Amino acid sequence: MLARTVTHALVGLDARRVEVEAHLQLGVPAFAIVGLADRACQEAKERVRSGIASAELEWPVRRITVNLAPAELRKEGSGFDLPIALAVLAASRQVPPEALSGHAAVGELALDGRLRPVGGVLASAEGARQAGLSRLLCAAECGAEAALAGIQPVPVHHLAEAVAYLRGEWQPPPPDELVCASPNGSEPAVPDLADVRGQERARRALELAAAGGHNLLLAGPPGTGKTMLARRLPGILPRLPPEEALEVTRIHSVAGLLPPGRPLVSVPPFRAPHHTASVASIVGGGSSPRPGEASLAHRGVLFLDELAEFPRNALEALRQPLEDGAISIARVGGRIVFPARFQLVGTMNLCPCGARGDPAAECSCSAGRLASYRDKLSRALLDRFDLVVTVPRPRARELDGAPGERSDAVRERVTGARHRARGEPLRRSTAANELLSRAVERLPLSARGRARVARVARTIALLASADEVGTEHVAEALSYRSPTELGTP
Amino acid sequence: MSELVLAAFAAETGRHVVDEPREHRFQRFRRGFDEAAFRASLAARGLQFIGRSEGLYPATLRELHDPPPGLFLRGGGAVELLGRRSVAIVGARACSSYGSQVARLLGRELASAGLVVISGLARGIDGEAHRGALEAGGQTIAVLGCGIDRDYPAAHAQLAGRVGESGLVVSEYAPGVEPAPWRFPARNRIIAGLAAATVVVEARERSGSLITADFALEAGREVFAVPGEITSALSAGTNALLRLGATPLTSAADVLEVLGIELASVAPPVFAEDPARVLGALTRESAGVDGLVRQTGLDAAAVATALAELELVGAVAEADGLYRAVRPQG
Repeated sequence: MLARTVTHALVGLDARRVEVEAHLQLGVPAFAIVGLADRACQEAKERVRSGIASAELEWPVRRITVNLAPAELRKEGSGFDLPIALAVLAASRQVPPEALSGHAAVGELALDGRLRPVGGVLASAEGARQAGLSRLLCAAECGAEAALAGIQPVPVHHLAEAVAYLRGEWQPPPPDELVCASPNGSEPAVPDLADVRGQERARRALELAAAGGHNLLLAGPPGTGKTMLARRLPGILPRLPPEEALEVTRIHSVAGLLPPGRPLVSVPPFRAPHHTASVASIVGGGSSPRPGEASLAHRGVLFLDELAEFPRNALEALRQPLEDGAISIARVGGRIVFPARFQLVGTMNLCPCGARGDPAAECSCSAGRLASYRDKLSRALLDRFDLVVTVPRPRARELDGAPGERSDAVRERVTGARHRARGEPLRRSTAANELLSRAVERLPLSARGRARVARVARTIALLASADEVGTEHVAEALSYRSPTELGTP
Repeated sequence: MSELVLAAFAAETGRHVVDEPREHRFQRFRRGFDEAAFRASLAARGLQFIGRSEGLYPATLRELHDPPPGLFLRGGGAVELLGRRSVAIVGARACSSYGSQVARLLGRELASAGLVVISGLARGIDGEAHRGALEAGGQTIAVLGCGIDRDYPAAHAQLAGRVGESGLVVSEYAPGVEPAPWRFPARNRIIAGLAAATVVVEARERSGSLITADFALEAGREVFAVPGEITSALSAGTNALLRLGATPLTSAADVLEVLGIELASVAPPVFAEDPARVLGALTRESAGVDGLVRQTGLDAAAVATALAELELVGAVAEADGLYRAVRPQG
């Protein structure tokens, strides 16, 4: 007796259709899974057997062969438990095989038959919809996520519930209810900019970075609030539009990072890998490639605290995504492209001992040590930072100031500027052009540096709702160029 | 026989040679030395050598009690540059931003007054002095403490190239001589010997710059010291010089006055309201943008705009997030 269910295997962010065939034959009772299943997938045997027993169903005393087709595609993870269990049940006619048509299934089984959520449900649901299937059987926690793909989810808590549904004894709640039931309105808590006192310069730079999507480098002695400021950037970024939110959700879903009950990621993500992170963990990789921090920060912020402490090859690996907005990982089995259009925010001290820039301390670094510290950042990488701000240690009286402006107010201005940016491109006034040429002559400013200043000047003008880019905008933009001592004139 | 054999012998033996050594080894070396071939190999590498007995050897250097036997030169500047009136600007390698800005300003202003700026191509004050002179389109001489074919420190290879475009890179050591700690004090006597006056910008106690100052005093040259904070270790050396009677340097004009050069008076530039207010605050105390926001009452954007305008005309300079007024006041 033969029965089939459909599920999906993840290749990068894409779901590939996998048919789960179960065949029962007479013979010595046995259970074999074939079709390039990895270890977690092989272990499905035990979970499926216990799950079926716990659901008070019958484990067929037959020679059972489960084939995962196509056989050359590597299958990984525990999401195959539910489709395997259903295929076995259908093959033994405990559920009607024809009830499975039009359905895909994904989910891990617990030993007591409950369903556990797995990563990548959104991608699976999208794959199912594209294949013309209309319903997806999945764990209850994943229902809302699957609904995002525009497919009708059948969220079930227990294998017995899935069987009841397939026998026509139980109906899932309508999908609208699902989406409403998920508390999508309550956003995750992002720290507010009002907590930052003083720091007008860095706040301004943060606002410009948000408005123009510029990469930002905060330099300064330790304890000047660089990290505190950077963590507040997502709070002043505009909320993600639906299609971008879906992109981000897909990546986070595959990585298994979606918070329960909040399926759609609508706040730009903020990723802060530690400086001991490996290259693969930052740009993604592995024998079957998984998204790295750079991809998890897609449409959001990749924050590298203590930039100069990161291994140099990890930083250099970021140059491709900074240029193309995507990371392609080549493996023998093929090439996988992960989107990675993030905004890079870095912090660094001005010298290895950290005292430089602090009026109260004297730097004890030798010239050679200082030079090698700054050499860690290649020019090519420093060139990607449109905004470079040196944050000196604030004097005590500067910390007494009133609380700063709230994130919401700043976000409103940022959203306005982004909206205006979509309109007619701003032109530079003649006087502004002259100032820019004069700056190239007088200051150590390369052609690339000039282009950076022009970009930032445009953002400043957009924030000011100006009709054209004027001299004052160019002048302010000049003050964010990277200082010569950091290496990029 | 020219002094080239002395320089070649010094390079061969790794010693410091000023006068003809009285030993067999030197006699043997001299007999085997092919001066024509050595000169040809120098010329092939674009290097020159002037010996102590030649007319072009700078007279100021001859006044030292142990003048180098000869100087190797490279660069596009004329050899006569060595005889032009010049000022040495020396100081600490690990200098403060204040020191580097003063060195740059002095380099710029002294070079534009027509003086040749001499320094040692080291990091910190030396490099800034060269850069300042180049910025003003002036000529500058870098004196090395290693073989003439080496750029030391390597980080300043590019700067050495720019110095050589219109000026000279000078060393008493033949190609191939490695830098060694004891060669730098010897190098300093050439810096002091070539210059009519020596300016020490920042120096710790017992620093090499003080050795340069000693050489200058010994040769009867003027020594200037830039006053610094009495609490800073970087100013201990310069303040000690002042206590011993060095001339305090408060602006480039002090040097020009002693050398008897008229400085064309330049009207101070006039600024718009915001930049003027920012500059006013900076002449009281150097500050970051946030401090300026508080002192001037302008917002961060306006302060940044004003600072950029001031920076463009060279009225302020930034280092490590702190801005300071560059021109001496009063």
